[in-house]
Parts: sequence; C-alpha cells; structure tokens
Amino acid sequence: MPLYLIVLFPLLGFIINGLLGARLKKPLPGIIATAAVLASFVVALLNVLRLASLPEDARRITETAYTWMSVGDFRVDVSFLLDQLSSVMILVITGIGFLIHLYSVGYMQDDHNDPEGRLYARYFGWLNLFIAFMSVLVLADNYLLMFVGWEGVGLCSYFLIGYWFKREDAAEASKKAFIMNRIGDFAFLLGMMLLFVSTGTLKYFGDSGAAGNATQGVLDVARSNAGAFSAVGLAGLGGITLITLLLFIGAAGKSAQIPLYTWLPDAMAGPTPVSALIHAATMVTAGVYMCARSAALFELAPETRLIIIVVGALTALFAGLTALAHNDIKKVLAYSTVSQLGFMFMGIGAGAYIAAIFHVFTHAFFKACLFLGAGSVIHALHGEQDMRKMGGLKAKMKATNITFMLSGLALAGAAPFAGFFSKDEIIAGVWNYSGEYNSIYKIIALVGLVTAFITALYTGRQYAQVFEGKARDEHLHDHAHESPSVMTVPLWLLAIGACFAGLLGLPHLPGVPNLHAFTDWLTPVFSVQADASHAAAGTGSHNPGATLMLLLVGAVIGWAGWFMGRSMGTRQGERAVLPASTHNLSLDAVYNATFARGGLALSAALRWIDDNIVDGIVNGIGGFFGQVSSALRLTQTSFVRNYALGMAVGAAVIIALFIINR
Amino acid sequence: MPTSYYLVISAMLFTIGVLGVLVRRNAIIIFMCVEMMLNAANLAFVAAARDLKLMSGQVFVFFVMTVAAAEVAVGLAIIVALFRNRATIDVDEVNLLKY
Repeated sequence: MPLYLIVLFPLLGFIINGLLGARLKKPLPGIIATAAVLASFVVALLNVLRLASLPEDARRITETAYTWMSVGDFRVDVSFLLDQLSSVMILVITGIGFLIHLYSVGYMQDDHNDPEGRLYARYFGWLNLFIAFMSVLVLADNYLLMFVGWEGVGLCSYFLIGYWFKREDAAEASKKAFIMNRIGDFAFLLGMMLLFVSTGTLKYFGDSGAAGNATQGVLDVARSNAGAFSAVGLAGLGGITLITLLLFIGAAGKSAQIPLYTWLPDAMAGPTPVSALIHAATMVTAGVYMCARSAALFELAPETRLIIIVVGALTALFAGLTALAHNDIKKVLAYSTVSQLGFMFMGIGAGAYIAAIFHVFTHAFFKACLFLGAGSVIHALHGEQDMRKMGGLKAKMKATNITFMLSGLALAGAAPFAGFFSKDEIIAGVWNYSGEYNSIYKIIALVGLVTAFITALYTGRQYAQVFEGKARDEHLHDHAHESPSVMTVPLWLLAIGACFAGLLGLPHLPGVPNLHAFTDWLTPVFSVQADASHAAAGTGSHNPGATLMLLLVGAVIGWAGWFMGRSMGTRQGERAVLPASTHNLSLDAVYNATFARGGLALSAALRWIDDNIVDGIVNGIGGFFGQVSSALRLTQTSFVRNYALGMAVGAAVIIALFIINR
Repeated sequence: MPTSYYLVISAMLFTIGVLGVLVRRNAIIIFMCVEMMLNAANLAFVAAARDLKLMSGQVFVFFVMTVAAAEVAVGLAIIVALFRNRATIDVDEVNLLKY
C-alpha cells in the first residue's frame, strides 16, 4: 500500500464533503469523513507493519510522489518518509483521529449553535483536511513539505476554532490563533532558509546511492560535518545555535510555549472534539515532533537546549498553576495541555527525545479522552462549561465518569497509568542529564516534580468538581443524561489506551518486566546521533538508583495530588483556588499594552503620514493641474481668429527659431 | 528675372492672406484669404523649382491645387450649412464652443 494513500483518503473525504456535503443528509457527511480516516488508519497500520518487518537498521520507507519544484541545485520532492518516529505519529494521528471523528458524529448531531445543520458537512470536511495536512506534516521527508503540512494544520485550526463564526469569541480566537502561529512560522521559515544556506538541501536524509552518487540530507550533515553550520552565525551566536533557536521558536508557536501560548486557551471556543483532536492530541504536538525529528541538530546546540528546557519548565509550571485557578471545564484542560507540552519540551531540552515522544503518545490518549469526556459533560448539560454549576454527575453519566477518572489518573501521573511512565521518564531524563549546565538540569527536574504534583492537584480537583459531591445546579443536573454510544465507545477505547499505553515503555530497571517496545522501537532513530550519555538519558537506564527514586516519588505525588485535589474540589466547589489574576499570567494584558497598543500607535502614525504626506503629494499634483488648466481654459474664446492668430504666431516663432539656429 | 522677386511677391501675398484671415469677419472673405495663402505657397514652389531645376516643386503645385479644390468644396459646404442654421456668415457670431 503506497504511503500517499494515507494523505489521499482524508483529502477525498474533504473534497466530497466540501463539494457535495451541503446536499447530503445528516449524519452522512460524518460517516464519510469517519470512513476516510479509518481507511487512512488501516493504510498506515499496514505500512507500519511492513516497516516493522524490515531489518532494524533499514527501517526507512521513502516514496516520492512527484517533484514539486526544481530550481538549479534546489530541488524539493513531494515525497513521504516512514520511519520509526513518523510511524508513531501517523498511528496516533489517524487512530485517535478516527475515534474523534466517530465521537463527532454523535457530538455534532444536535448543534444548538447551528440548528439547521448548514455547517455540519463543513465541520467534517475541515476535520478531514486537518488529518490530511497533519499526515503530510509527519510523513514529509523534507522541511519544506513539513512546512506545507505545518501551515495546513494551522489553517484548519483557524477554520475549526472559528467554526461557530457567528459567535464573536470564536471568530476572535481563531484570528488570534492564526496570527500568533504566524510569529512562530516566520521563525521556522528563517531557520529553514539558514539550513538550506548551510547544507544546500532541505531533505532530512540523503540517498545512499552508489559510491560517489550518494547525497546528504540536513540531518546527515549534522551528524558527519557539524562545521557546515558555522557559516551562518550572527552576532556572537553560533550558526547551529541560531538555526535551532529559530526552529524552537517555530515549535513554541505551534506547541503553545511561553511566550506564544496565549492562543491555545482561547482556542477552546471551537467545538470540543476539535479541541481534543487539534489542540490536545495532534497539532500542538507538531512542534515536539519537529524538534525530535531535528534531534541531530539540537544535539549540536547545548545552549539552545538549555533555553528549551527552561522555557518548557516555566511553561509547565505556570500553565499548571493557571489550570488550578480556572473554573471553565475546557480552560482547565487547555492549560493542562500547555503544561504537558512544557513537559515534552523539557524532554527535548534534556535530549530525552524518546521520552518526549512517548509523552506525546500517552498524552494523546488521555488528553483526548479527557476532552471528549468534557465534551460529553457539556453535551449533557446543554452547553454549560462552568464547573461551579456541575457536581454529582457520577450517577447520571456512568461511562463518562469512569473514562474521565481513568484518563484523569493518567494525566495526574498516578501509577500505573500511562501518564505516570511517560512523565516520569522525562523527569528521569532531565535528572540524569550529564552534559553542560548540569546543575541547572537538576533544578529543572525538581521543578518538574513540583509541576507533576500540581498536575495531579488540578486534575483531581476537576474530577471531583464535575462528578462528585452534590449537584450545585439542580436544574442542569435534572436534565443531564448519558451520551449516546457513538460517543461513549471512543471514550472507552481512549480510556483503555490511557490505562495501558504506558506499558509499551516501562523504564529500563532491573526487576521491571521486559516491556520496552516503545523505547526499543525508537532507539535506532536517535541513537546514531546522540552520544552514549544522551542515549542513556533517553531511557534513564544509566542511573538506576536515581531513576527508581524518581519513580517512587512520582508515584507518591501522583496519588497524593489526586486525592488532595479531590478533597479540594468537593470542599471548595464554588471558590477559586487561586486569585483570578493568575488566570493567564496577565500575558494577554502585556501583549495588549505592548504589541496591540504599539501596533495601534504605529498605524496611527502611518495613517497620519498617509493622510498628509502621501495624499498631499497625490492631491497636490491633481490640484496643480486643475489650477493650470482652469487658467488655460480661458484661451478657448470661440473666436476663430484667435486660434488662427495662435497658429500664425506659432508658425512664425518656429520659423524664427529655424533661422536663428541655422 | 531673379527668383528672389518671385519669392518677395509670394511672401507679400502670403502675408496679405494671413492678415485677411485674422482681421476679417466674413467667412467667405476669410476663405478667399486662405486660398490666397495657398497660391502664395504655389508661387514659391514653382519659383524655387525653376531656380533649382527640379520637377518636384512643379508637381507639388498640382497636388496643392487638387487639395485646394477639395477644400473649397468642403469649406463652401460648411459655410452654406452655417448660413442655413444661423442666417449669418459672421465668424464672430459663431461662438458657442468655448470655455
């Protein structure tokens, strides 16, 4: 099965729903879209099995669809690459994407924002287009094609956040998301240009053709000839540091890191399944994927990784605190996503790429499940999102309750659920880091533990506030009902993932069962470039004592935080845990004061220039000719003799000139 | 006779024609003055042609006469049309097209 089919199926679904969707009856567009993603998942699965059947050092399938552009030495193919890393991502995208499509069929059935169902087909069309672009992003074999997917998912995110475009908050949020992403995209583009300048290609890997015929990709150059990047250094920054920093800014925009994260909480204005798919499970992890893909570059730049890990830790900590302060069920999850993305970047910063990707993998399950569970609650309560009005839903919504609890435990990092292993692996990776700036990494690891505790705290609080205790709004509670099975089946499947996905990557410790499939699968991608200590950091195996300690501490704080959070949630149902001023670090206010006000002042100044100088020149020219011609008009006297005199005098002057200049 | 005599006559005729066009108001008179200017040019042509021993000047005169004949036909037609409409051929009375 060719790889391009993975992209083609959802694209076909998009075309069908986009062109004919308006004529199809509910829920046919949803079924078409879901089937398209399922087909895509099957193709992906078959291809991954084919990949797994190859010998370990040759696991790389490349397929070229066609040459996109070829200018001189610069050539970009639309070609797809499936290796261990992209196989994990593509399975997550199509697999979880399929479950969320399925859920959406139920969720969007009765849309109170769109009672006539005019937008229904559009929703599924965009969701399909998103899957297609996301597949391009992870399957691309060069940075430019990845950028196509990168921009495409940003576009679909814009469409879907603003899906209910008649609601002002949704329209504003979609614009905000798009514009903030542009900042990151700009940096990504610059980084890509510098990569091209220094290596002459944008492919990840070259072709290993016959001797003398072999070409090198960007990552090959990074491994064999690190000096190639020094040419593009700028103002004291080494070339590789500059490139990786630009790439990281790009990743920070897409993956909502400080200071570019403020769009993600606002993005919750979109439909809840969209938040689950795009703003939790897949698109926002694209930045992590990009950094992991470029690991060979980041390995060369310890300074950049220090910045990444500090940014990641700060994001994780502050977003976690913010999640504790919010009362909107989706906002809590949104900040939690930002926080978990911070964890993933901590893994990248520590060189624990496998742990970061592992967290992407487990996070996709439990966070998608939490979002869909929240969607189920919102669905049952007719659009109510304020957790202060919930409570006591345990008995009414059994399936949602159990799945939410299981995935909540996974998020909290309670052993032995999925999030426990992946989060702990990251913290262990940071703790065991043994390169430059060693001591800072130790502090970061402690910050990670604190953040893990906060995570457990707000997750427990949220669960208790929504499902436990007594109903705080009788009216809402009376009308609550369990969602249809088209919605609960995906919940169950995701909850199973949230419970057991962690078992794919147990830590390498003596006495632990030999379940390291995930780590073993990914090791070849990263081990060839990382030196021994980093490879070990990825698995946390070279310091078993510390790793074991961290595991135990992690398990304790996971459960402790969960129970403390629960009592907090039931006890202080209505009161906020933290003052409202912590809602989003006031970063929005800062941006308003600097960029928005500054932009307005600048545009006012430019407008003055336009009104007075540019228009002055233009109108002045017009006015000048107006004046001159109204003066000259008076010569049109209607007396033929005057005209004749003009001609005679003119002729006389010309003849006189000829005579003088003879 | 020297050629310059002819040219002087030609210049005088031309100047009289120009002055006639400029100062007279009767369209027919103006028209006649224009003809006079044309014939002054014709005279200059033939005089120069004789002086330079070239045929082309002579040939030009025929062209000028042909064009003048055509122009007379058109010009007189305009004057007739003007008279029919305005009952006058005073060019100063015909002054609608102005600023």
